[in-house]
Amino acid sequence: MLLDLSKLFGKSKNSKDLAKERLKLVLIHDRANVSPQFLEMVKGEIIKVISNYMDVDEDSLDIQMTRTKSEDGDSVVPALVANIPIRSVKNSGK
Amino acid sequence: MSEVIVITSGKGGVGKTTTTANIGTGLALQGKKVVLIDTDIGLRNLDVVMGLENRIVYDLVDVIEGTCRIKQALIKDKRFEGLHLLPAAQTRDKSAVNPEGMIKLCEELRNDFDYILIDCPAGIEQGFKNAIAGADRAIVVTTPEVSAVRDADRIIGLLEANELKNPKLLINRVRQDMVKRGDMMSMDDIIDILAIDLIGVVPDDEKIIVSTNKGEPAVTDNKSAAGEAYRAITRRIMGEDVPLLNLGSEDGFMFKIKKFLGLKVN
Repeated sequence: MLLDLSKLFGKSKNSKDLAKERLKLVLIHDRANVSPQFLEMVKGEIIKVISNYMDVDEDSLDIQMTRTKSEDGDSVVPALVANIPIRSVKNSGK
Repeated sequence: MSEVIVITSGKGGVGKTTTTANIGTGLALQGKKVVLIDTDIGLRNLDVVMGLENRIVYDLVDVIEGTCRIKQALIKDKRFEGLHLLPAAQTRDKSAVNPEGMIKLCEELRNDFDYILIDCPAGIEQGFKNAIAGADRAIVVTTPEVSAVRDADRIIGLLEANELKNPKLLINRVRQDMVKRGDMMSMDDIIDILAIDLIGVVPDDEKIIVSTNKGEPAVTDNKSAAGEAYRAITRRIMGEDVPLLNLGSEDGFMFKIKKFLGLKVN
């Protein structure tokens, strides 16, 4: 039923496309071989550097390996995505 | 010149043993001298798939440990001239074999055989390391499922890290009807993801189960679609250019085949 509805609205996707998409994502993690400890280290260093210039919310900082379209738009490349909430910018950098 | 080929997959149950049995028998039917080595210590199965389970006296561990000579442990397949099996030990564990022992064994077998096929256990632990140690090249078996393709990718990485460059991909149990309706990844999809050369595609075939029931590899069955695919793979291993069977892929299929096989790409 759900499948039929989604077909009506033109949103149907073959299950093999879903498989391919999921595989590509999971393989980026597998191939990059990044452990949670590795990401924690990166996170710590980033906080250290950014803290020199601004006050960030360390607890809600989120950093992960993901994938994104490359610049030519053809291939998919791994990307490091960091979401760093800023509390305030320090003025010392003027 | 002899070659040592390891058949591996990472994931279990994708058809490593069946593939080893069929390619080995196929090579023997082509007049080659072949030995199949089962390295799955404790979970041996190549013997039953080959229908040779009643003839085991010595095994791989006996040879490695020097309990017997290699020739004493080799089971000669009376049905196919030139085909031999070195069975795994069933009552030992993987630690009874080490990579050095396997390298030495493969080197000695090179003197007497054209092809030495190694049936690798599932996993990436000791058994895998033993199986690939003496190999010149590798065939990675996968099926069109996310779990098997994911594990194949891991194995390809590990093979390349261990100097087994340019492994070849065998896609097993492809169902043409499912590929056509978009419910199974096609060979193009899988090659796109794994980015390695293809050695062949084997259709899902009931006859494989029938042949395993009997202990007679399907490659000897002229009516079996999987057998036909294995005969083609055998010839590709021997260096022939054999076109792939059409298993209902998308358009541009033939072109891609040629491209991936390194045949005339226009």
